[in-house]
Amino acid sequence: MWNRIIALLIKEFLALIKDKKSRFVLIGPPIIQLLVFGYAATFDLNRIPIAVYNEDRSLASRDLAAAFTGAPAFEEVARIDHHEQIAPLIDNKKVLLVLHIGQHFSRNLLKREPAAVQVLIDGRDSNTALLALNYVQTIVAAFNLDWAQTHHLALPPAQLKIRAWFNPNLESQWFVVPGIVGLLTLVVTITVTALSIAREREQGTFDQLLVTPLTPVEILIGKALPGFVIGLIEASFIVVMAVAWFKVPLLGSLTALYLGIVLYLFAIIGIGLMISSLAVTQQQGLLGAFLFIVPAVILSGFATPIANMPPLVQDLTLINPMRYFMIIVRSVFLEGVPAKPLIP
Amino acid sequence: MPETVSTPASGAAPNAHKQAALEFQAVNKSFRTGERTIEALNAVTLSLAKGVITGLVGPDGAGKTTLMRLAAGLLLPDSGMVRVFGLDTATRMNAIHASIGYMPQRFGLYEDLSVQENLNLYADLHGVGAAERGERFEQLTRMSGLAPFAARLAGRLSGGMKQKLGLACTLISRPRLLLLDEPTVGVDPVSRRELWRIIDYLVAELKTTVVLSTAYLDEAERCADVVVLDEGCVLAHDTPDAFQSEMVGRCYHIDCPGMTKRDIQTHLSGRKGVVDAVIEGERVRLVVDRAVEPEITSLLPNRADARLAPAVPRFEDGFIALLKKRRPQTLRAAHQTIHQVIDERSPESDGEVIRVDGVDRWFGNFHAVKKLTFTVKQGEVFGLLGANGAGKTTTFRMLCGLLPASGGNLRVAGVDLRRAAAKARARIGYMSQKFSLYTHLSVRQNLEFFSSAYGLRNASRAKRIAWALEQFELAPVAHAASGDLPLGYKQRLAMACALMHEPRILFLDEPTSGVDPLARREFWNRTNQLAAQDVTVLVTTHFMEEAEYCDRLVIMVAGHILASGRPSDIKNLVRDDTMPEPTMQQAFIHLVESSELEDKQ
Repeated sequence: MWNRIIALLIKEFLALIKDKKSRFVLIGPPIIQLLVFGYAATFDLNRIPIAVYNEDRSLASRDLAAAFTGAPAFEEVARIDHHEQIAPLIDNKKVLLVLHIGQHFSRNLLKREPAAVQVLIDGRDSNTALLALNYVQTIVAAFNLDWAQTHHLALPPAQLKIRAWFNPNLESQWFVVPGIVGLLTLVVTITVTALSIAREREQGTFDQLLVTPLTPVEILIGKALPGFVIGLIEASFIVVMAVAWFKVPLLGSLTALYLGIVLYLFAIIGIGLMISSLAVTQQQGLLGAFLFIVPAVILSGFATPIANMPPLVQDLTLINPMRYFMIIVRSVFLEGVPAKPLIP
Repeated sequence: MPETVSTPASGAAPNAHKQAALEFQAVNKSFRTGERTIEALNAVTLSLAKGVITGLVGPDGAGKTTLMRLAAGLLLPDSGMVRVFGLDTATRMNAIHASIGYMPQRFGLYEDLSVQENLNLYADLHGVGAAERGERFEQLTRMSGLAPFAARLAGRLSGGMKQKLGLACTLISRPRLLLLDEPTVGVDPVSRRELWRIIDYLVAELKTTVVLSTAYLDEAERCADVVVLDEGCVLAHDTPDAFQSEMVGRCYHIDCPGMTKRDIQTHLSGRKGVVDAVIEGERVRLVVDRAVEPEITSLLPNRADARLAPAVPRFEDGFIALLKKRRPQTLRAAHQTIHQVIDERSPESDGEVIRVDGVDRWFGNFHAVKKLTFTVKQGEVFGLLGANGAGKTTTFRMLCGLLPASGGNLRVAGVDLRRAAAKARARIGYMSQKFSLYTHLSVRQNLEFFSSAYGLRNASRAKRIAWALEQFELAPVAHAASGDLPLGYKQRLAMACALMHEPRILFLDEPTSGVDPLARREFWNRTNQLAAQDVTVLVTTHFMEEAEYCDRLVIMVAGHILASGRPSDIKNLVRDDTMPEPTMQQAFIHLVESSELEDKQ
C-alpha cells in the first residue's frame, strides 16, 4: 500500500513543480502577500500630513505646535495664516487635519481659564480620522500634564497610565504578521488541493488512476499529503520570516504552534478536496477555492475583530477553521501560550 | 529500393491547369518548443486547384495543421509567400478573410448554447444579413440532419453531430475556400458519410474549393488531388488514381488454409521485399516492392496450399509504399515481440474472461445501455463498434469498473465487478481515447508512476520500464515531457503504461483515433502479438478496416447489440446481389441505417 502511495506522492510533487502555473502558485503568493500584508497593511499612522494655523504666536502655542510637528505620526506640510486657507487644504486632501490655535490661547492658559484648541479633520475616511484623533488627544493630554507641572498647577485628578500587555508599543505588525501564517497557509494549501483532482479530471488521467489497483483511501492519502507537506513548508516559512525579518516575538512553544498548524491543515485539506471532487475543470476548482477563501478570511478576525460583527455573523464564524487558527497563532506568538490548552 | 511513385515533389499536379485557389511559394515555418526548434514546413511549394477537393495526408507532425493555419492566415510564413485567390496573406488578410472558412480540429462550439444559438452566433460573427439567414439555416440544418435538434445544447450532441454543427457554422458565410483540419476524427462511419455528402454538395453546387486533411485514406481516395506531406516536405501531389496506378502488379491477396490470417500477417510483415501486409476480410493483403509476382514458396515456405491472387491497388498502398521508402526503419517494429509472460491461466474453465449478462445503465431518464449480453474468450481480440453515442464508451467504463452498472452481472477476469472491483483492476490494462498521460511528467516518470501504481517494485519495476522504453521505441524521448510529444508517441506511451503490470485483459478505447496510418499499423502489430500471447483485447474503433483485425465483434446501436459474430459473419448479414463483396464499412453503414429505418417505422 505504501509503495503505491509513495509513487502517487512523487507524481503529485513532480506535477506541481514541473507545471509553471502551479510552481508560481507555490512561490508567488507567499512572497507577494508577505510583503503586502507585512508592510502595507498596518493600522499605525505615520507621517500624516497636517497644517498648523497658529494665531497666537506665543511660547505656549509654539510648544503645542512643536509637539504635533515633532511627533512621528504627523508631518507638517503647510503653515496657514488666513482662515480661508483651511478649506482648500482639506478639500484637496493636501492635509488630513488642521490644528488651529486661537489668538487667545496663551492668554487663557495664563489666566488659568480653559484654552480651546481646534482640530479640523477630514472625516471622509472615518477609520483614519478616528486613529488620528487618538494621537491628537494623546499629544494634548501630554501637553496639559507638562504645562500643569511646569506652572505648579493642580494636576488633573485622575491620570491615565497605559501599559499595553503582549504588545507594549501596540505595533500593528505584531498583530498582522502572525495572522499571515494563517492566511497564506489557507490560500496555498487550498489551491493545491482544490486543483489536484480537478486537473486530473480535466486531462482524463483520473480514469486512468481509477483503473489501477489504487484504492480510494490510497488516492485520498496521496492527494492529501502533498497539500499537507506544502502547507507545512509555507507556514514554517512565514513563521521564520515573522521572527527573523519582522522581529515579531515568538513567546509560546513551537509544539503548540505546530499542533495548531497541523489541525488547521487537516481542516483546509478536507475543504480543498471537497471542492476538487465537485469541480470538473481546473477553472471551477479555482473558483470554488476563492469562493471559500474570501469569506473565510473576512470571518476569521484576521483584519476586523469578530466581536464587532453582528451576532448572527459571529455564530457563522464558528464553522470557520481559520477563526480558530487566528486565535492559536496570535496567542502562541504574543501571549506565549503553551501546548497544553490545545490538547483536549 | 526501386522507384515507387515518381511524381516530383512539386506543385505541378494534373489539376493545376485550372486557376489556383491557394498557392504556397517556398514557404518555411518553424516553431520553438522549449529548447527544440521544429521545422513544421520546409520549402513547401504548392498550387491547389480551384473548385475541387484537395486531400492532405501524412503522418503525425507532417505539417498538415501548420499548412492549414498558414492558408487561413492565422500564421505567417517565416519565409516564402502564401496566396489565397491571388492575394498575399501577409498583406491582404482583411480582403481574404471574407472568402475563407476554416474548421480547426477542435471547432470552437459554445457548448452551453443550443444548436440554433451557435448558428446565430456564427452568422452574426460573419455578418450574414437577416435576409439570407433563414434560407441558409434551413439548408444547412437539413443537409446536416441537425434540424430536429435545433434546441439541443451543443455540449450534449454526440461527437459526430458536433462535427456536423461545426461544419455548418463554418459554412454560414458561404466561403469560397474551405479549410477542414481532420473533420472526421472520432466520427463514426455513418456521420462521416453525411459530412462527405455536405462537402460534395458544396463542390458540385457552389463551386467551393475544399482543402481537407484526413487520417482516413479511403477519404483521400475521394479527393480530386492528394498532397502527401511528411516532416514538413511535400512528398507527392497527384490524383489518387496516379497513386494507385503506380501500384499495379504489386498488390496481392494471400490466404493459406492451415494458418490464421493473423499468423500470415505476422509472418509476412517486415520481410524483405514486403512493403505492407494487412488483414483484409479473410485474407491478407500483401504489397511488394516491385511489380513482379512474388514466389509463394519464398513468402510462406512449406506451405504448398497457400494461394496468391492479384488485388486491385488502392490509394493506401501507394501512400504506405511512399512513406516506407522514406523511412525504412519503421519496418523494424514489425519484428519485435512483446515479451509478455502470462503464467497464470484463466480461473474459468471454459476460457471466458469477460461475461456481460443483461447489463443496464441509466443516466437519469436516458437508457444508455440496454440489457447488454456478450462474452469474450481468453486471447480473443474483441471489437465493440457503433455510431457515436451508441453506448460503447459507457460499456467500456462499466467493464473497467469506472462506472457501476444499473443492473445485470459483469464478470471480468473471473471476478464479479460488484464485489471485488479492485481485484479485477489489477488484472486489466486500460487505455482511454484521450491517451491520458501526465503531460508535465517525462516519459520515464509516467512509466515509473504507473508501474508503481500497479505495485511493481525494485528490480522487476526497473526491468519493466526498460522493456517499455525498448519495445515501444521510447528511449530517445525518455526525458521529454509527454505533453510535447507527437500523437503517435503519446499513443505508444499510453499503451506502454497500460501494459506495465502485464495485464491479462487490455481495454482499448478508440486507440487509433487521430493516429496516422503507419502508427496504426505498428499499433495493430503490437496488439496482435499480445493476442498471440493469450492476452484478451477489447477494442473500440471508428476505422472499419480495423474491425477486420478482430476475432469477433459486436455492433451497438442505441445501447443494444445490433449484430455480433466474426467479421465475415457480419459481412454475410448484408451480402446480396447489390453488394456481392461488402466491405466492413458498407456492412456497418447498411446495418445501422436499416435499424434506424426500422425505429422510425
